[in-house]
Amino acid sequence: MQIFHRSTNTIARVSIFGAVFFLAFFGWAFSTLLRSPYATHQGLHLTQPVPFSHQHHVAGLGIDCRYCHTSVEQSAFAGIPTTEICMNCHKQIWTNAELLEPVRSSFANNTPIQWNRVHDLPDFVYFNHSVHIAKGIGCVSCHGQVDRMPLMYQNASLQMEWCLECHRNPGKNVRPREEVFNLNWQPPADPAAAQALQAKLVKEYHVQSLTSCSTCHR
Amino acid sequence: MDSDHGVKGKCGVEASRRPEAGAPLDLEELRERLRRKRGPELWRSLEELAGTPEFADMLHREFPRQASEWPEGVSRRNFLQLASASLALAGLTGCTKQPIEKIVPYVRKPEQLIPGKPLFFATALTHGGYATGVLAESHMGRPTKIEGNPDHPASLGATDVFAQAAVLTLYDPARSQAITHGGRTTTWSAFTTELGEQLRAQEALGGTGIRLLTGTVTSPTLAEQIQQLRTRFPRMAWHRWEPAGERQSFVASLRAFGRPVETRYDFTKADVVLAIDSDVLTRSAGSTRYQRDFASRRYVRSNQPRANQPQQPVSRVYCVESLPTNTSTVADHRLQLAPADVEAFVLALAQGLGVAGGAPQTLPQKAVEWLKAVTADLQAAPGRSLVVGDEYLSPAMQVLLHGINQRLGAVGSTVLYSEPVEVDPVDHLVSLTGLVQDMNAGRVEILVMLGVNPVYTAPADLGFAAALAKVPLRIHHGLYEDETSERCHWHIPAAHELESWGDARAFDGTVSIIQPLIEPLFEGKSVHELLALLAKQPGVTGYDIVRQHWQPLLGGDFEAAWHKALHDGLLPDTQAAPAGVAVAGGAVQQAAAEVAGSVARTRAQQDQVRLCFRPDPTIWDGRHATNVWLQELPKPITKLVWDNAVIIGPVTAAKLELAHEEPVEVTWKDRKLRAAVWVQPGVAPGVASLSLGYGRTRKGDGDQDEEKTGQGFNAYALRTSDALWTAPGVTIRGLGGRYVFACTQNHHAIESGIQSISPQGEISEDSEVRKASEEAERRHILRVGTLREMRADPDFIEKEGEEPPAEMTMYPRYEYKGHAWGMAIDLNVCTGCSSCVVACQAENNIPVVGKEQVLRGREMHWLRIDRYFYGDFEEPAIHNQPVPCMQCENAPCEVVCPVAATSHSDEGLNDMVYNRCVGTRYCSNNCPYKVRRFNFLRFSERESPLYRMLYNPDVTVRMRGVMEKCTYCVQRIEQAKIESKVESQPIPPNRLQTACQQACPTQAIAFGDINDGEWDVTRWKADKLNYAMLEELNTRPRTTYLAKVRNTHPAIDAIEAIEQRGAAERTDDGHS
Repeated sequence: MQIFHRSTNTIARVSIFGAVFFLAFFGWAFSTLLRSPYATHQGLHLTQPVPFSHQHHVAGLGIDCRYCHTSVEQSAFAGIPTTEICMNCHKQIWTNAELLEPVRSSFANNTPIQWNRVHDLPDFVYFNHSVHIAKGIGCVSCHGQVDRMPLMYQNASLQMEWCLECHRNPGKNVRPREEVFNLNWQPPADPAAAQALQAKLVKEYHVQSLTSCSTCHR
Repeated sequence: MDSDHGVKGKCGVEASRRPEAGAPLDLEELRERLRRKRGPELWRSLEELAGTPEFADMLHREFPRQASEWPEGVSRRNFLQLASASLALAGLTGCTKQPIEKIVPYVRKPEQLIPGKPLFFATALTHGGYATGVLAESHMGRPTKIEGNPDHPASLGATDVFAQAAVLTLYDPARSQAITHGGRTTTWSAFTTELGEQLRAQEALGGTGIRLLTGTVTSPTLAEQIQQLRTRFPRMAWHRWEPAGERQSFVASLRAFGRPVETRYDFTKADVVLAIDSDVLTRSAGSTRYQRDFASRRYVRSNQPRANQPQQPVSRVYCVESLPTNTSTVADHRLQLAPADVEAFVLALAQGLGVAGGAPQTLPQKAVEWLKAVTADLQAAPGRSLVVGDEYLSPAMQVLLHGINQRLGAVGSTVLYSEPVEVDPVDHLVSLTGLVQDMNAGRVEILVMLGVNPVYTAPADLGFAAALAKVPLRIHHGLYEDETSERCHWHIPAAHELESWGDARAFDGTVSIIQPLIEPLFEGKSVHELLALLAKQPGVTGYDIVRQHWQPLLGGDFEAAWHKALHDGLLPDTQAAPAGVAVAGGAVQQAAAEVAGSVARTRAQQDQVRLCFRPDPTIWDGRHATNVWLQELPKPITKLVWDNAVIIGPVTAAKLELAHEEPVEVTWKDRKLRAAVWVQPGVAPGVASLSLGYGRTRKGDGDQDEEKTGQGFNAYALRTSDALWTAPGVTIRGLGGRYVFACTQNHHAIESGIQSISPQGEISEDSEVRKASEEAERRHILRVGTLREMRADPDFIEKEGEEPPAEMTMYPRYEYKGHAWGMAIDLNVCTGCSSCVVACQAENNIPVVGKEQVLRGREMHWLRIDRYFYGDFEEPAIHNQPVPCMQCENAPCEVVCPVAATSHSDEGLNDMVYNRCVGTRYCSNNCPYKVRRFNFLRFSERESPLYRMLYNPDVTVRMRGVMEKCTYCVQRIEQAKIESKVESQPIPPNRLQTACQQACPTQAIAFGDINDGEWDVTRWKADKLNYAMLEELNTRPRTTYLAKVRNTHPAIDAIEAIEQRGAAERTDDGHS
C-alpha cells in the first residue's frame, strides 16, 4: 500500500532542485541588497540645513577644495567649513538671501550648523585624508565630480570591497600631487604614456598596496 | 564603568569561588609540598604551592571553569535551537542599515586646532599636594589621556597610576554636580549671600571664629591668598590634615635638625642602596623620578638607554623589610625580618658604624651575617651609598637613618636636604587635634574644608564628627559628596585640576602652573575661587588670581615668561633651596635609645601582632575610591582588586589558626574592626598590614553599588592618633567562614609545557616529571641569574633556552620588508608599579568589569603584570613580569580563527579586527601566553555621556561578544606612519612609543622597528640577556624579555646557597 500519492515524487524532485535555486536566489538577493544604494546610501541626496551647491562654488566660482576643507592635507579629517568660513564671503554677498539664514543665525548666535553627514564610514574604520593626498590620490577618485553636483551625494559605495579594489592596486588612481585637487584632470590619452606616468608616480611617491587589517581597523 | 547587570542573572553562572570556609593554614603541608617541588623555583601563590583544584583549573583553562560552560540541564534539542537561533541572529546583524549621522563644524575654529588631531597641553596634577608635570592630550576639547612631561623633574616623561587615572576622575559621574545646602540643590549666589553675611559678622571679631582646613598645600598662589585672607581676618586659623601625608618624616626632621627639612634622594649616585621597609620608589611625592634614577643604575644590558652617557657600574640594592615592597622586587637581596628585628638591624647597623651606642642587639643568625656584609659594602662606597627609609618608619628610626647617612658621607651626594616645599609646614596631627579642641570648646563659628574628608580620615580617637556637629556653619568643598559633606551645611563642588587654573610645586620644589583643558563640567569652583570669595573678591576668576600672583614675581616681560611657563609646564629655577643641616648627635643617641626600647617592648609581646596602616597602592587614602580603573588595577604584590585586606604572612596565619580569606575581628586598644585576612607570602611573622581608603560609607553621588565602588574594611576606624602608621600590638581573632576576595594572581597563569600539576591539582609523583616541569618554568617563563654567573659566561641566559629551528613550522614564513615592530621588556627594572596597566587602559578604551566578573576571571586588562615568588614560601624573593601580547610571528591564534578576525599584518602584528570577530574564542584557547580578553558582557560604557567623552577616538570601543588584545598601540603606529608619509620623512627612531612604554617610570619597555638598528629595541634584542617566553613552542614572539640579573653579594649568596642546599638535602631525605 502506498502512503504517498504518485505526485509526491515530482513534488520531492522539484523541491530538492528548487531548494538550490531558492537558496541561490536568496543569496543573490541578499548580496544585491547589501550593495544597493538602500544599504550604502550611494547616490542619496540628503536634506541639508542649507542647500549648498558644490557645482556653483567649485565649477562656477572656482574655489579650491582646501579653502573650506582646511585640514585635508594635515589630518585624518578633511574638515567641514566653520560658519566663519562661509561668512568670509557671505558677509559681503547674498547678505539677505533667505537660503543663508541658518548660516547667519549660526554666526550670530554662536551655534553650529548641524549638517547631515554624506560620507559616513562606520566607526571601526579609520580613514585618513592626509595620507591619501600625500600619495597623489585625487579627491575625485572617491568623491566623484563634485563640481557637477548641485547637491552633494555619495559617489562611491564606500564598502570595503570598493576600498580594497584600490588598496590592492593603487597605481591606477595615482596622479601627480599638484593635480590632486583638480577635478577635471585626465591621465594621458595614450595608454602607454598613462601607464608610464603611473609607474613613475608609484615609485616616486612610494605608493604601497596596504591590505593589513590594521591599516584601517584599530 | 557599568557592567551589564541585567544579563547577569540570566547567564546562569555561579561565581567560580563560593564563599565556603577554608581550613586554617597547614604550614607543614605547604613545606612538604615545596620540598616535593624541589629546589629553587618560581611560584605564584599559596594556592599553586598547595596545588588546589582551583589553581589547576585556572592553569588548564583560558577562563575559569564556569565562565565557558553551558548552564546545567541543557538538552540536545535546546542546544540545537539556541545554535540555530544564534546563527540566524548573527546573520541578521549584517542587515542593519547605518543611520544618517550629523556632522557639526565649529562656528569659529579655536586657534591651533586641526580637526582630527589631538593637542597636548603642559599642566600639572597634584597628589597629596605635590605636583607632577604632565602633558594632557585633548581631542577637540576633550581631555582623554595623560602623559608625563619630559621636561618636568618629577616626571621626566613618565607618570604614576594616579596621574594616568586622573582623566577618569574628571568624567566620573559620581562627582558632585551641584551646590547643595542641607542636602538640597541651590545656587552659587545663595551661597555667596549667606557666606557674605556670616563673614561680615566675623570681620568685627577679627575672624576669630573662622577656620580653614586643607590637605598639604604647596601652591604659592594659595599661600598668598591665605596670607591676604589673614589681613582681613587676622585671628583666623589655618589647619592642615593630609591623611597619608609625611607627618613622621616631619617629626623626624624636627628631631634630627631642629627644623622642618625636606629629604630627597639621588639614586643616580648610589652604588649601594640599603632600603629599610621602604616604599620610597612607589609611594612618595618623588616616586616617579626616583624610579627613573634608581633604574638608571640597574640596567644590566650592555646598552643603556642614553648611549652617550658612560656606563656606570650596576648598583647593589639590599632590602630589609617586614612587609613586601615594590623596591624589594627589584632588589638584589631581600631580607625578611619581623618588625622588631628590622629595628634591631638598623640599630645594630648604626652601632656598627659608630653612629649610636647602647647595648648590642640580638639578631637572627642570618641577619647577623647580612649585617656584616651590608656594613662592609656601605662603608666601601663612602659618599656613594645610601640607606633609605620612608614615611612609615617611626620618627626615631628615621633620625637613626639620618645619622647613618651622615656618617656614610651620603649627605650632599645621595641624600639631599632642602627647604620644605609645603607652605608653612606644620605637624598635621597637632594641627588637626587643635582644630578638634577648638570645635569642642565652641570657638569655631565657620569651618571651611577644602578638598578634605576628615570625618572619614581623621584619627578615630579625635572624635572629629562629634566635634564638627558643634560648628554653626560648616562648608565642604570637594570633588565628591562624601562622609564629611553629609555633615556639612554647604557642599561646593570642586573643579578638577583639568578644569581649573592653579599652581603647585613638585617634590623638589619646581613650580608648575596648572591650566584647564575644559570648562568645569559641573560648574565646580577651584580652591582659589572659593578663597577669593572669603577674601571679599567675588567673581574674580581663577585665571586672574593665578596670573596676579605671578605677575610681580616673573617680572620683565611678563607675558612672554607666562606663556613660556605654560608651554613648558614649569617655571625654571624654582627648586627648593638646599638646606645646610647636620644631625644633632644627641638626637641620634636619644633615637637609638628609643628604638632599643621599642625592640624590647615588641619582643616582650610575642603573642601580639603589629598592624601597619599604609596608603592603598591604588586608591591611596580613599580619595580614588570611585575611580574604577584604580579599583580594578591589581595591587602590586597582592594582586587584589576592589578590596583591602588584613594582610598577614603564612607563619602568622598558622600561629593564629586563621584560614586564607577568613573574616576576623581586629582589636586595637578598645577599638574593633571586622575585616578579613589575606595570607601573603613575603610578610614577616608578627606583622599585618591594612591599607587605608576602603570601607567608605559615602562615595560621591548616585549609585552606591558596593560592587562598583569597592567594599573593603575601614582602616581609619582603628587608626588612632598615637598609631598613625603602626599599631604596635593588635589582636586578630578568627570568626570562621570565608570572605570572597577578587584576586588576579592566578588568572592567566602560564603553563611551562611540562605539567607536574594534574587537572585535579595533584602534584605528579614522578620526580623526573616534577623536576622537568620546574626547570621548564624557570627557563621558559622568567629567567633569573646573577651578575657573577654572567661574567663567568656571558651567554648563560641564552644557553638556558632551546630555540627550535626557524623552519620547524608548517606555515609559510612571512617576509617583513618594511617595518617590523617588536618590543623588549627589561625585567631588571620592573618595579611592578602598574602605571603601564592604567596607561594601556586609558589609551585603548579598556573597560572595567567589576569585582564579581573579576572573580570569574573576566578582567579585561590587555597588559598584566605577573608576580612570581622564588624560593621558600616563608621568605620568598619576588619578581615582576609584565605580559602584553607577544605578537608571535608563528601565531597560534591566527590559524584557528574561522572568520580571519585576527590576522598577520605586513609588519608582524597580530591584528585584531573587532568588527569581524564573532566570538568563538578559539584564538584565546590557543594562546599559550593567555593575553587575549573576551567581552563576555557589554562591559564598555556607551550610554553615559560623560564616559563617552573619555574614549580615545582612535580606538574602536568594543562590544559584547568580541575578543580583544594588545596590538602594540597600533593606532599610534599607524598615526606615526601616516605622519612620516605625509612629511616624506622616516619615523625618527625611538620617537614612536606605546602607551605602556611612555608611562613606564623606569624605562623598562623598549618598542620599535626591529628591522632598523637605530631603535633601542633592536639593541636590546641583540643583548645576551634577551630571551623569549616559552621559546620552545616556536611561536617566535616579537615581545621578548631581558633576563633579570642580580648583582649579589658573595657572602650573602653563600648564605642563601647553604639554605637552598639544606632544603634540597631535606627533600632527598624525604624521598630517597
